[in-house]
Amino acid sequence: MDTMRDRFISTTSQLLDEDPRLALVLAEISRDGFERAARAHPDRVINVGIREQLLIGAGAGMALAGLRPLVHTFASFLVERPFEQVKLDFGHQGVGGVLVSAGGSYDWPAGGFTHMSPGDVALMDTLDDWTVHVPGHPDEAEELLRQAAAEDGRVYVRLSLQSNTRARPVGAGSGFTVVREGKGGVVIAVGPMLDNVLAATDGLDVTVLYATTVRPFDGAGLRRAVGGGAADVVIVEPYLAGTSTAVANDALIELPHRVLGLGVGRAELRKYGEIDEHLTAHGLDPRGLRELIGAFLGG
Amino acid sequence: MTNTTTPPTGGYRDMNRLMSLMTGDEKHGPAATSTLDALWVLYDRVLRVTPGTVDAPDRDRFLLSKGHGPMAYYAVLAAHGFFGEELLSGFGAYDSPLGHHPDRTLVPGVEIGSGSLGHGLPLAVGTALGLRARGLTDPRVWVLIGDAELDEGSNHEALAYAGPAGLEQLHTVVIDNASASHGRPGGIAARFETAGWSVDSVDGRDHEALYAAFTAPHGGRPRAVIAHVAPKH
Repeated sequence: MDTMRDRFISTTSQLLDEDPRLALVLAEISRDGFERAARAHPDRVINVGIREQLLIGAGAGMALAGLRPLVHTFASFLVERPFEQVKLDFGHQGVGGVLVSAGGSYDWPAGGFTHMSPGDVALMDTLDDWTVHVPGHPDEAEELLRQAAAEDGRVYVRLSLQSNTRARPVGAGSGFTVVREGKGGVVIAVGPMLDNVLAATDGLDVTVLYATTVRPFDGAGLRRAVGGGAADVVIVEPYLAGTSTAVANDALIELPHRVLGLGVGRAELRKYGEIDEHLTAHGLDPRGLRELIGAFLGG
Repeated sequence: MTNTTTPPTGGYRDMNRLMSLMTGDEKHGPAATSTLDALWVLYDRVLRVTPGTVDAPDRDRFLLSKGHGPMAYYAVLAAHGFFGEELLSGFGAYDSPLGHHPDRTLVPGVEIGSGSLGHGLPLAVGTALGLRARGLTDPRVWVLIGDAELDEGSNHEALAYAGPAGLEQLHTVVIDNASASHGRPGGIAARFETAGWSVDSVDGRDHEALYAAFTAPHGGRPRAVIAHVAPKH
């Protein structure tokens, strides 16, 4: 099975062949995978070197010149390091583009905190009018990338080595999907958290929603799932815990409700190891999720 | 788009009058006048863009990166008919399109919103790349930055990339009023030369010298013109 990043490379290479409006801007990361595309489209596949501020500014400049840029590097260097460029060069200038990250919250745990970005979605959430896709499978990543490339807006696509075992339909890329129905609460699983959420809630009388697009947040889908009465909602996200708690609260403002936000803890673990060990440390493995969700729902 | 520019509605001698219509930004006054002559020569004799071609794909692009103190910029744009001079008196007011930093979505002819330093040159690099990728090799991209703004690391990323990349369509004017706290060893020109740019340094008040430097051939290389003006203080 290829990874989401592999799929990004193959899909984008194909899209560059098909759509002369598209451009790709890199800062060394994934350069080797795009060698053929760079030879085929030297003016539309740009590697600026290890220059992440320029990466964002140049991508936005290409948008100002009428192209649709896909801009890619690890999440730490795509969103966090050049954040003001993301804010001003895309948002304030009023141009669109697709930011595609890799690395996620701890895809390379042995690399340590320098290459971890659990706060990327929360940071993007301070900006207006960005669509945020969090695919849970390489097939979903491909579908969401194709959607993002075809439109005009500002899109952040968060790719990760964490993946569910099978792909789900992502539809129009905006609505939550009902995976399981129950009466004792609603659990929203974001992207690669779905498998662990399904394992953790096995036997519990809960509705499980699957979300690959978290911004805009499908408030209507959540309201449908909770029904008309008091609502207990858990959101399990593969990045900073609580990132979507505020938007879920807003969606449920007319109902009595409680929202539990689960995800990556704020404290730096200072641990290396493997992804599974980090999932466990943050309570995002099936056992940890079962304890936290069960305690919240009283199950 | 043609190579002729629309005759300006105002002349250079109107600049003081137009700039005096704007008030309330005295802190930025010296920054504004430092750019006046370079802006005037660009819009009057060099840039192939008019009020009628602000959205034309093959227009020249001028990106004011040094977005603080934009009074000279606004005055030059008004003098060339991009908007009516009656807007100038609203400078900085709530309902005015003319802020103390420009917003591209509010002002006709303004290519970028700026004010935060160090954004224009990377955006200009991308604009030049984008035009080239679209096969639009005639339009030229100009960006104006200040000598202290050049301290920003983002500018160094951009100028270090643009030289080896051979971005001939890219042009940078550095207004040097010696406002950087820590001067650049070897001078600003040396920094661009090292990165492979075509470079010239001129008197930033001398219109003929500016024009000659702005229009000199620079085959295969981006062009930097260092325009020296009197120090700010």
